[in-house]
Amino acid sequence: MSRLLTISHLQIEGHQEGAWQPIVSDVSLTLERGEVLGLIGESGAGKSTIGIAAMGYTRPGCRIVGGDITFDGVDLRAASAETLRQLRGARIAYVAQSAAAAFNPAHRLMQQYCETPVTHGVMGAGDSAANGREIFAKLELPDPDSFGARYPHQVSGGQLQRAMVAMAMSCQPDLIVFDEPTTALDVTTQIEVLAAIKEAIRLYNSAAIYISHDLAVVAQIADRVMVLRHGREVESGATGPLIDNPREDYTAALLSVRKGQGEKIAPAEDRELLRVDGVSAAYGNGVTVLDDVSLSVRTGKTVAVVGESGSGKSTLARVITGLLPPFKGQIAFQGETLAPSYKQRAKDQLRHLQMIYQMPDVAVNPRQKVRDIIGRPLTFYYGLRGDAKRARVDALLDMIELGPAYGDRLPAELSGGEKQRVCIARALAAEPELIICDEVTSALDQLVAEGILKLLQELQNDLGVSYLFITHDLATVKAISDEIVVMYQGEIVEQGPRDAILTPPHHDYTELLLSSVPEMRTDWLDGVLAQRRAAG
Amino acid sequence: MTGFAKFIAAAPWTARIGLVIICGYTVAFLFAPWLAPFGETELVGDAYMPWDDKHILGTDNVGRDMLSRLIYGARNTIGIALVTTALAFVVGVIAGFLAATVGGWLDQAFSRLVDILMAIPGIIFALLLLTIFGSTLWVVILVIATVEGTRVFRLARAVGQSIVVLDYVEAARIRGEGLGWIMLREVLPNAIPPLAAEFGLRFCFVFLFLAGLSFLGLGIQPPTADWGSMVKENATLISYGDITPLLPAGAIALLTVGVNFLVDWFLHKTAGLRDDL
Repeated sequence: MSRLLTISHLQIEGHQEGAWQPIVSDVSLTLERGEVLGLIGESGAGKSTIGIAAMGYTRPGCRIVGGDITFDGVDLRAASAETLRQLRGARIAYVAQSAAAAFNPAHRLMQQYCETPVTHGVMGAGDSAANGREIFAKLELPDPDSFGARYPHQVSGGQLQRAMVAMAMSCQPDLIVFDEPTTALDVTTQIEVLAAIKEAIRLYNSAAIYISHDLAVVAQIADRVMVLRHGREVESGATGPLIDNPREDYTAALLSVRKGQGEKIAPAEDRELLRVDGVSAAYGNGVTVLDDVSLSVRTGKTVAVVGESGSGKSTLARVITGLLPPFKGQIAFQGETLAPSYKQRAKDQLRHLQMIYQMPDVAVNPRQKVRDIIGRPLTFYYGLRGDAKRARVDALLDMIELGPAYGDRLPAELSGGEKQRVCIARALAAEPELIICDEVTSALDQLVAEGILKLLQELQNDLGVSYLFITHDLATVKAISDEIVVMYQGEIVEQGPRDAILTPPHHDYTELLLSSVPEMRTDWLDGVLAQRRAAG
Repeated sequence: MTGFAKFIAAAPWTARIGLVIICGYTVAFLFAPWLAPFGETELVGDAYMPWDDKHILGTDNVGRDMLSRLIYGARNTIGIALVTTALAFVVGVIAGFLAATVGGWLDQAFSRLVDILMAIPGIIFALLLLTIFGSTLWVVILVIATVEGTRVFRLARAVGQSIVVLDYVEAARIRGEGLGWIMLREVLPNAIPPLAAEFGLRFCFVFLFLAGLSFLGLGIQPPTADWGSMVKENATLISYGDITPLLPAGAIALLTVGVNFLVDWFLHKTAGLRDDL
């Protein structure tokens, strides 16, 4: 039987700042029928570009300049638009990262499911719908018979992603390209989608290219893995051996993250800094998003707040900073009760409570230079100007390991990790007692995030600042926290010292969260699913 | 200078045409007294004299030199339109940003007021006010600025609203920054591209509005040279197949096209679109 897909010496360029820059350089891969290849790498590694090139397509602003792409004997680079149209959807399918953006909100799911088979003439609308109900059932979607009658906004994010997997299967394609299908999902939802993908591939014996930045996720699905960096292949091989014995340092670095963060130094003094007491909050529509939440943060400590999206953890940050006044309960800082709204708080109270955001891109003003961004709190809180301010900004830039030369850059000239460091420096400039970190690493690549966590820990050791660390990522929690607060649907389900929370017995929800974090071994997913099935 | 040359070289031909047109008008605007062969209101001959060597474009309905009045018209019409647009922008942008940043009842008050003003057709509203207050220069400017300012408010508020929800504005708020800092330093610099584009387009609308009012006899009053009134004063000639009255109208059209060419290019650039795609 001939090879399903052969890509040899692929070269792709992208148009950037008026010139063509290489995005993918000399990448070759092959795929047999029924085989799953994992493409892994950080952002900018070219993995999505290769994935869609396997369909003979490039994004606007990109062009293929060299190499061959052969799908089942057809040369995709030379193929006519009509030939490509026949192949795409019918024989090669694509599953995008964000299902919410990939579905048309104005049509029912079943209509969208049937569209491809009907257009390609694979089957009629009736047969296709019957088929769809069958696949929905196999992917364990609720009410498979009526599920298709819903609109995209009427189902949850994980269900929508599974519906997209079902849609990709509608023509029983030979090859499916999965482009980070679980990245935008919570761990507890990710596991459902992963199970669905694995089941779908098994059912139809399709070949697949699975693109992800998370090696642990890929390990559950892929037979072989290719590690990419800056558009080049780092190494590739069968999944198990590659995880157990990586040949390249870069692969080893990707594997080694998610471990401990090095030592923590015990704080010089130990007193209660922040006390949140029985706080309940709601947004304008009257839906309560925080229900009777109490916690406390001590000096020089890190309290991690964990939970999936919708658990109210970011709302808690908004309540503490005074952006969303609570309707019940109060917040005390260093023994003083804080006004519910930031507008009524004293300048010094505001200074002591700083915040770092999830998306560094929108957390710094794109029209201000780094020096002005970091310098503003110095002028605002301390009245620093001229040379004194300059010296302090330089010192802060050193502290975040960037150096004074970065001061004259605009945010657009910085990478995501560098921008996040600037945000940290801006928070530090105020010399706060407590920094609220709202998902500060989730928009960053693994290794960059690792660097940020390390920096935060060092700063805590040096300066004795406390962190309230909000995250959905349990690996981060393990790495950085002293205490853990687990939130679910606006309530705290469990809280205590890190080791107590992470050692069994767990609360049911904590157990679910912990067991849903992918582990770096190939049989993890099957093991967890078997365990859950046994538990009923 | 090389930077500027590069800038021009990178511009598409439409933008270059726009730039040349605007430069031409600017010269006429700045050097009118030196360029014009005769005075603005000087009577130089009979009414409706045909085109000849002395009066290149003939004379108007009372015997003033047409070419001279066209050149002075640039100064009057463009000058007044610029002042009016600037006024509409200062008021509209400040009110729009206030509504976006403060929100709540202030936003409601401003927005509903603007809704009411926008519900009345602009030209009717202007005619009403001009009839009440009389057609003096400053009344004309204020009336047009009010009408056009409502549109500016709408844009500034929409642009502002999408900026004030961003994290860096939130960071400034919880730092304790005042309203002035947030509006001027955080919001305004990031709202410049759409506002600048709108300024170009709004300038054209103001300009047309002004010409329209003048044509109706309620705008700039004689004997001041103004393209709108010049069309009206000499309209009779059209019946005799003479195109002279169309020249001021052509001047209006040409400037509008030029400004739009330039604005299109600016929008294209700031939107990050590329020609090669």
